[in-house]
Amino acid sequence: MSTQLTTPTDRQTAEAIAVGKGEPSWLVALRGQGAELSATLPWPKPEKVKIERWNLTAVGQYEATEKVSSIDELPQSVRDLIAEGTENLLVQKNTGVAWSQISAELTSKGVIFTDLETAVKEHGELVQQYLFQAIKLDEDKLTALNAALWNGGVFVYVPKNVEVELPLQAILYNDKAEATFAPHILIVAEANSRVTYVDSTVTVKDAVSAPFTHPALVEVFVKQGAQVRFGTVHSLGESGVDLSLRRAVVENDGRIEWIIGDLNDGHTVSDTKSVLVGNGSSSDTKIISVGQGKQQMSLTTQAVHFGKSSDSNMITRAVMRESASAIINGITKIEHGATKANGVQAEKVLMLSPKARGDANPILLIDEDDVTAGHAASVGQVNPEQVYYLMSRGIEKTVAERLIIHGFLAPVVSEVPVEAVRDQLNRLLERKLQG
Amino acid sequence: MSTKFVIDGLKAEIEGKEILKGINLEIKGGEIHAIMGPNGTGKSTLASALMGHPKYEVTDGSVSLDGEDILEMEVDERARAGMFLAMQYPSEIPGVTNSDFLRSAINARRGEGNEISLIKFIRQMEGKMKDLEMNPEFAHRYLNEGFSGGEKKRNEILQMMLLEPKLVILDEIDSGLDIDALRIVANGVNAMRAEDRGFLIITHYQRLLDYITPDYVHVMMQGRIVKSGGPELAQRLEKEGYDWVKEELGITDETVGQA
Repeated sequence: MSTQLTTPTDRQTAEAIAVGKGEPSWLVALRGQGAELSATLPWPKPEKVKIERWNLTAVGQYEATEKVSSIDELPQSVRDLIAEGTENLLVQKNTGVAWSQISAELTSKGVIFTDLETAVKEHGELVQQYLFQAIKLDEDKLTALNAALWNGGVFVYVPKNVEVELPLQAILYNDKAEATFAPHILIVAEANSRVTYVDSTVTVKDAVSAPFTHPALVEVFVKQGAQVRFGTVHSLGESGVDLSLRRAVVENDGRIEWIIGDLNDGHTVSDTKSVLVGNGSSSDTKIISVGQGKQQMSLTTQAVHFGKSSDSNMITRAVMRESASAIINGITKIEHGATKANGVQAEKVLMLSPKARGDANPILLIDEDDVTAGHAASVGQVNPEQVYYLMSRGIEKTVAERLIIHGFLAPVVSEVPVEAVRDQLNRLLERKLQG
Repeated sequence: MSTKFVIDGLKAEIEGKEILKGINLEIKGGEIHAIMGPNGTGKSTLASALMGHPKYEVTDGSVSLDGEDILEMEVDERARAGMFLAMQYPSEIPGVTNSDFLRSAINARRGEGNEISLIKFIRQMEGKMKDLEMNPEFAHRYLNEGFSGGEKKRNEILQMMLLEPKLVILDEIDSGLDIDALRIVANGVNAMRAEDRGFLIITHYQRLLDYITPDYVHVMMQGRIVKSGGPELAQRLEKEGYDWVKEELGITDETVGQA
């Protein structure tokens, strides 16, 4: 059975779906509130990109996803992404979870790694304590819409002092434009814990040609002294719009690392923010992107410093081909009282066509004197001296350019924690760069 | 057939300004030719024009390597035909490791289907790096990024040794080198001396030629070779400078294309 949603959604429908899934009353109320607000709140307004001109209404309808009994039933393109021999894997297909496994070892340590819907059922209080706390549901239409619609999703909970050695891997894919695809990823790392999470968010490309919108939220809570590495590679289809908002709240001496590949074929808003509330907290954000065709993208990295001696570093590297355009914003905000904070950012865009567009906007907002901050931004073409140098060693021009472009993106690619995802990233780059 | 490199009446300009005003030179396999001269006389332009740097436009003359017309070729084709230029200012390429680059270059030279095996490549690279007293970690560093001047020059010589070209041009390879590095670089060059390989060494100073003995020495002024001789010419230049040459030829300003 499927339920038609009006566009984008309404309270009654959202609540009915929630009740139908047996969700607790607090969540039913949250969904209703989200649905209502989504009708009135405006879309996010990223700098210089008019997203309201995009087709944002195709949020699809709720369709229960059946779990597969073996990962062999997943499409080949999805299976290719799975880390070899992994024991900790979650797969979301369209509206719900299709596969979920966690090692007995991690379970015995109290680690939770499951889809968010299951987590609501099994660890309701824990989820309620954090869900929509880093990102408020009433911030804009996107956050409200996700509250109303989110499904499947990921919940990671790492207890105090527990170090999860191997990366937890999730694959979130859609193969049907008409089904709602709105994940919500929630990660809680308790004091002095450590975890790496990596996901691939992909469209099974031959199966989807109709428009769809992917309103996705990520919330990460990094408690005192904890360390979270969050890696994600997005490769949604050309007919899709990816609206992804990510936020981490980092307490004393905690650390968040974001490694993000925005490699969709369609329009993209990607906004990743670290809120450094704790003293000595730190954040490292690395983003790469390749744009092609008529793609429009808004890529934003943000660090907000409240804690003393907090540290942030943000790097965005984008390659723009054909008529693609990217507006890249880096926002470092240092609040009053965040003494000895240090915030550094660099945005670089490589343009491979005269019609491509790339804007890099570094913004430093500093309300404290005793800080250090720096930014670098550049927009340019492949350096002809570099091409000449490589060619002078016998390397063909096209190969030389490819080496230089891959080299430009290498600082991020090499950081991706799971080999299968790193390979995915390299395959995607190869495909997107060759056209 | 032994290597034969012929430059005939080569003229070249940059941004409409003529720098090379007719260069004639013939280099056979086994020979080392040195081109000396004060700054601004066109020496480095000669190196860049021969390799095909896009900023330099050849307006007249011909260049051939073993009968093949070099000027008709793209930069990469010139390299694959056997030319090698060790650059005065090698580019830095972030994100591309030295070893990946070297392997791409070797394979470009060898051609598709004839690629060097990884093991053989590593063995060769490590052997040559040892000869050049390079820290093995330089294989994994990004190409020339953060290398000191001397490290870049050694890396140029490493490339020369691995690519085994027929005609080697060294453009001010000695600049920025301390005496130890100079010795190492010179040893690398001497080890590559061979019957089928010619060298064109462009230098400002005689000191490199204390380590690499040239067969012929040419003096360049005003975009031309104005005097040629044997190794004794370099020694005289070292002792007496360039003034006597200028006097002999009635040259007051030896530079070319200066604003």
